[in-house]
Amino acid sequence: MTETAISKEPVKASEIDPKFKYELSRMHGGEKLLKCFQCGTCTSDCPVARFSDTYRPRTIIHMAQLGLKDRVLNSDTLWLCAACFTCTDRCPQGVEVASVIRVLRNLAAEKGIAPKVFKEQAASILDSGYAYKIPSLRIKKRESQGLPPLPKSNPENVRKALKGVKFLEKIEKEDEQDEQ
Amino acid sequence: MSSKYLIFLGCAVPYRVSSYEISARKVLTKLGVELVEMPEFNCCGLPLDPVSHETMLILAARNLALAEQTGLNILTLCPGCAGTLKKVNKILKEDKALREQINGHLKDSGLEFKGTVETKHILQVLKEDVGLEKIRNAIVKPLTKLKVAEHVGCHLLRPKEYIGFDDPEDPQTLKTLIEATGATCLNYIDETECCGAPSVGVSDKIALQLARDKLNHVKMVEAQALITICPFCHIMFDTNELRIERMFNETYGIPVLHYPQLLGLAMGMTPEELSFNELRVDTSKLLQVIKEGVN
Repeated sequence: MTETAISKEPVKASEIDPKFKYELSRMHGGEKLLKCFQCGTCTSDCPVARFSDTYRPRTIIHMAQLGLKDRVLNSDTLWLCAACFTCTDRCPQGVEVASVIRVLRNLAAEKGIAPKVFKEQAASILDSGYAYKIPSLRIKKRESQGLPPLPKSNPENVRKALKGVKFLEKIEKEDEQDEQ
Repeated sequence: MSSKYLIFLGCAVPYRVSSYEISARKVLTKLGVELVEMPEFNCCGLPLDPVSHETMLILAARNLALAEQTGLNILTLCPGCAGTLKKVNKILKEDKALREQINGHLKDSGLEFKGTVETKHILQVLKEDVGLEKIRNAIVKPLTKLKVAEHVGCHLLRPKEYIGFDDPEDPQTLKTLIEATGATCLNYIDETECCGAPSVGVSDKIALQLARDKLNHVKMVEAQALITICPFCHIMFDTNELRIERMFNETYGIPVLHYPQLLGLAMGMTPEELSFNELRVDTSKLLQVIKEGVN
């Protein structure tokens, strides 16, 4: 995945969605977004920011507060957060920074923007209940290792439970299209 | 007091970290923790939280509801699973509207989340159920010559609001459990920092740089091994150590053990029993040090 920074082009009034921050504040994890006063604790303590030229949680939060919806949701850097929750624990304002970023990612995913790895894991969970396709050799080997058989899960009931989830329906549709 | 748990394997352990499962089961059984298999469990949900919070909540709630039917608490090997199940349990217990929404998804398969079971990571079970005294009494070969470093990882510590099990800034549990084996646990820079695993697949380069940073800090204090309690952290440091060495033209040679492997050695089990053969980084020097320490 390329590391595209959030665009720093001058902002046009037409780009601003003034209600975006309220939309986010109503979502689970985004409640405290408005409390951020841009101190920068999140970015200075972020282990990913240390090695990335573009990933800056403070900037992402700022853009969200400003209502620059498309710029944030279309940015690759959104996906670099490692969800270590250091920012969340240390935020002096109690903003769940990592959760706000997760809310933004969820919105991007609903638009169809998400790294391939998540689509693969989703497909695997729908197929087997597990996030990875566990090789049959591994499953067979368990006996010789003295391990009990691998729990089989219940993919049929898992799919039943996940019925109606937008992101997953999109993936199933894409899969069907790929097969045709 | 005997304790009985449903064992929640998660996905990463059966996928590629069997040494963790093998050693954990042996150690727990010997310490009197009974493990019950649960054939219906699915992924905890964490991997899909970035793309769909709702999916994560449903998957986690389904696991919790399944456990509730048995009346047994859950033991996980992966801190990601433990963190997710703890967090979702708390969220759904406190938020009635959300609970009803999620239960609507479970209804068709005859399940309902009520919030009646607890999830503990193996480290928490060792600390709270087995207890330090019992562990110390089970040590027959103290690893007194050994100096190691620990890596707890993120999801058993943060966010504190949901996990609340150890001090996220200066965690003590793993250190104390390591020292119970007779080994010395060294302090190093940025002990609580992320291994990088969640960034794999999004940016491998950044992920490996995070792991490299940690290996550098561990090397600085001359630790003879790094002790982990998470399948993902273990993959980052053990499976990827050679890759990092090649990528940055450096040498670490730091063996990475699952805590149950270290504990198992001190309890008198052999490296073969504890699946040392599955580890990528060479452990022969380390085992030599231990052997000389035991005499």
